[in-house]
Amino acid sequence: MEYILIIISAVLVNNVVLAQFLGVCPFLGVSGKINTSLGMGMAVVFVMSLANLATFLIQNFVLVPLNIEFMRTITFIFVIAFLVQVVEIILKKMAPPLYQALGIYLPLITTNCAVLGIALLAVQKDYSLIMSVVYAASIAVGFTLALILMAGIREQLSLADTPKTMQGFPLSLITAGLLSLAFMGFSGIVK
Amino acid sequence: MAKKLESTLKNMVLSLTLISMVMSAALTFVYLKTKGPIEDAARQKEINAIKMVSPDFPNDPLPEARTVDGMTIYPVKKKNEPAGYAVKTFSEKGFSGHIELMAGFNADGTINSITVLQHKETPGLGTKMAEPKFIDQFFGKDPEDFTLKVKKDGGQVDAITAATISSRAFCDALQRTSNALETVSDSIKIIP
Amino acid sequence: MANLKYFTNGLLKENPTFVLVLGTCPTLAVTTTAINGIGMGAATTFVLVCSNLIIALLKNFIPDKVRIAAFIVVIATFVTIVDLVMKAYTPDLYKALGIFIPLIVVNCIILGRAEAFAQKNKVWPSVLDGIGMGIGFTLAITLLACIREVLGNGSIFNLRLMSENASTILVFVLPPGAFVTYGLLIAVVNRLKAKLNI
Repeated sequence: MEYILIIISAVLVNNVVLAQFLGVCPFLGVSGKINTSLGMGMAVVFVMSLANLATFLIQNFVLVPLNIEFMRTITFIFVIAFLVQVVEIILKKMAPPLYQALGIYLPLITTNCAVLGIALLAVQKDYSLIMSVVYAASIAVGFTLALILMAGIREQLSLADTPKTMQGFPLSLITAGLLSLAFMGFSGIVK
Repeated sequence: MAKKLESTLKNMVLSLTLISMVMSAALTFVYLKTKGPIEDAARQKEINAIKMVSPDFPNDPLPEARTVDGMTIYPVKKKNEPAGYAVKTFSEKGFSGHIELMAGFNADGTINSITVLQHKETPGLGTKMAEPKFIDQFFGKDPEDFTLKVKKDGGQVDAITAATISSRAFCDALQRTSNALETVSDSIKIIP
Repeated sequence: MANLKYFTNGLLKENPTFVLVLGTCPTLAVTTTAINGIGMGAATTFVLVCSNLIIALLKNFIPDKVRIAAFIVVIATFVTIVDLVMKAYTPDLYKALGIFIPLIVVNCIILGRAEAFAQKNKVWPSVLDGIGMGIGFTLAITLLACIREVLGNGSIFNLRLMSENASTILVFVLPPGAFVTYGLLIAVVNRLKAKLNI
């Protein structure tokens, strides 16, 4: 039951992009088309789940026993960067079409503040291993949801006649703001 | 400009290891230097919170603190005589989850003052729990006489308009302090 | 001097927040009060200048294939230093900025400048670039924060502008307000640059 609450809360109530402001850079950069959004979303789900798994192990088997919790930021980001490299290599070997489709977005996941941010938050919330991975996966699903919604709107917007000063980031941000407003309606679902 | 180091395996490992070691050393140095001040800052923050709600006290309440059910009870003394308690309490029943309060009790068991330590409630609604209009109604009240529930639930507390859940959570946190203090001494009244 | 342009570049022409649109996460998240904006800006500038300095110094010592990893180690070290120092000496600001302090390490501005500038230029220009970008970032997010704080909270730098009971446009300190204000400011800066021909 607790897991269902975590999942709903992560996807809708405290949406990682629209409420917590994590992962905004790739959110604005990638949400131009629905296809790439879906691909990016899936990659993020995969990487974030693995990242939370790995960082959980590091926190509990390295940082705490050795009393070097101040090294958390360095070790976590290092592990994440390493993980992304490994995922890249594996995908290249085992699923070349997917690797091609994701293109440059895969290495960019390293600097996606959502990955590091959620790994750190899971430590703060003191989640167990399974809860941490479920949390990460749900957050990433929320990210994908926001991404796809945004892409759908932006695909339509690109066909419309918009003022030149507003084109690009201004319109994307305002759209994101409206999406964020809509998502605020979900608060209070999970008691 | 000098030529860059070639990307041979030996160079890469050497360079990365050296940089990591130097950086880690620098970081460890800063960590050790800031360890004391960090602990001091945390202590000071706790004492400031207690000061806000309790009658003036000269003692350091932190060493004598007791934890009951996740709440922390700080005995407050004047001239080594118990003068009251400050209790750091919380409730998970807020609209957006966790809220934390520090409640100060006088020696006779009445509430001296309360301050909200942290919350994530909706701005303009739940956040009103920190405002005098809501919070002042608790001051001077004795939890044994003043039922710590909102009027809707049969108590005596005036809830915040359109923020019943936040108000309920606030009462919940307070009720738990009352329960916790009773386990510390038979009755929270020090002066019978 | 020619070097001055390294510094002024980050202020308007290539302002990281309004022109390059980098580091959007902290820009949106911490700009609820002007003081938080300045605090975040100062912390980020410190990390940016230090990492640009070290990377420009070590650039010939870092083989190309491991450069990103090396940059990350350097940047993460300075971020943790800032984190520890703030935890010790500015605990209230530390609590307000929360998780976004360690997240400075993935602030695209810092990695971006290391990659685009510090690894290709001499030490002094790199430092100036860091200072310029840092100040540009700080000014930009503080401006955003001022607008959000005044409209959404009726205060500026924690000084009350309106009476306690006055109504404020709450949405500005909430996520939707952050997105919309940021977007509108970018549009304004775009127009400004076009008119001034920068």
